[in-house]
Amino acid sequence: MLLIPCPNCGPRDETEFHYGGQAHVAYPANPAELTDREWAEYLFYRDNTKGAFAERWVHSTGCRQWFNMLRDTVSYDIQAVYPMGTPRPATAIPAAAESGTASTGADSTTTGNTAPSISATSTASSTPAPEGATK
Amino acid sequence: MAETAALENSKQIRNARQSPASILRAAFESGSVTGAVELSEVQFLTMVGVRVDPDTEAGMRISSVTGGLPPRSGDVRGTGDTAVLWMGPEEFLVVAPTEAHESLGGNLIQALRSALGDGEGQVVDLSANRTTFELKGPRARAALEKGCSLDLHPRVLKTGTALSTEIGNIPAILWKTGDESYRIFPRASFAYFLGRWLLDAMREYASPEVP
Repeated sequence: MLLIPCPNCGPRDETEFHYGGQAHVAYPANPAELTDREWAEYLFYRDNTKGAFAERWVHSTGCRQWFNMLRDTVSYDIQAVYPMGTPRPATAIPAAAESGTASTGADSTTTGNTAPSISATSTASSTPAPEGATK
Repeated sequence: MAETAALENSKQIRNARQSPASILRAAFESGSVTGAVELSEVQFLTMVGVRVDPDTEAGMRISSVTGGLPPRSGDVRGTGDTAVLWMGPEEFLVVAPTEAHESLGGNLIQALRSALGDGEGQVVDLSANRTTFELKGPRARAALEKGCSLDLHPRVLKTGTALSTEIGNIPAILWKTGDESYRIFPRASFAYFLGRWLLDAMREYASPEVP
């Protein structure tokens, strides 16, 4: 079970939380102008990242507040917890380089520097990435 | 005159109603282990859900009625027998004795409502939402630890802390009211389950300790 550091309540069991899916998926500016394909991509297509992944969580049995979390999908390392609406913090450890010595920056909450995300805000990164398996 | 008659009437209605765990009263009495861990239900406490930003004017007005609003998770504020529990950054639960309810002539809810005024927020009577269990005794912590993943050791969980968490896999509010006494607020529909669950957790303390 994950021990998730809620920004309001401190570390709590994963069972107290609900998952909200990928973070930073912005609502399209002009939804009426989207093609069916673009709309479907906005609604249903999400990254399937191996490594650091920004996702939304809500502390549903605690303070009932939403927050963003940067979690490694391989090691389940929680790299950062940051408020909704703020950009994704720079990944503490390069996702590919870390192998055995993970969990150095375990729950280093909110690495202040707001380096803009590279591919994180891949809201409508239109390429459906058919060769996704090689990621 | 009419008002007192209405008050009498509502008192009679109140006498007829049943609390969520009243069906377990006998089981609580027989399941309590004197000197180890005791469980009872406190019936019909007045509870008011307040949602307000404490930094706004409305928040300050409400704070003056309740005797402060808790700033952080776990904090409890209040005066006398009225306590305010932190539920979220802008959400609080006011717990007061039964007599504070308007149907028994109390004016807590009206006072909170008029304090909120036209400010942004909510004051909602939640008295029927949850019931109150009181768990006491030197083994109360041990019984709770079977189903609550919080660190309940006194060096971490201080007296006067209230946290909303999971107990026995159901969401509940845990309020440590004394060194060896806890108040647990389960939702009404979970009261029977949690009552039975706690009785089961307490059962081993009725037998002599195995060396």
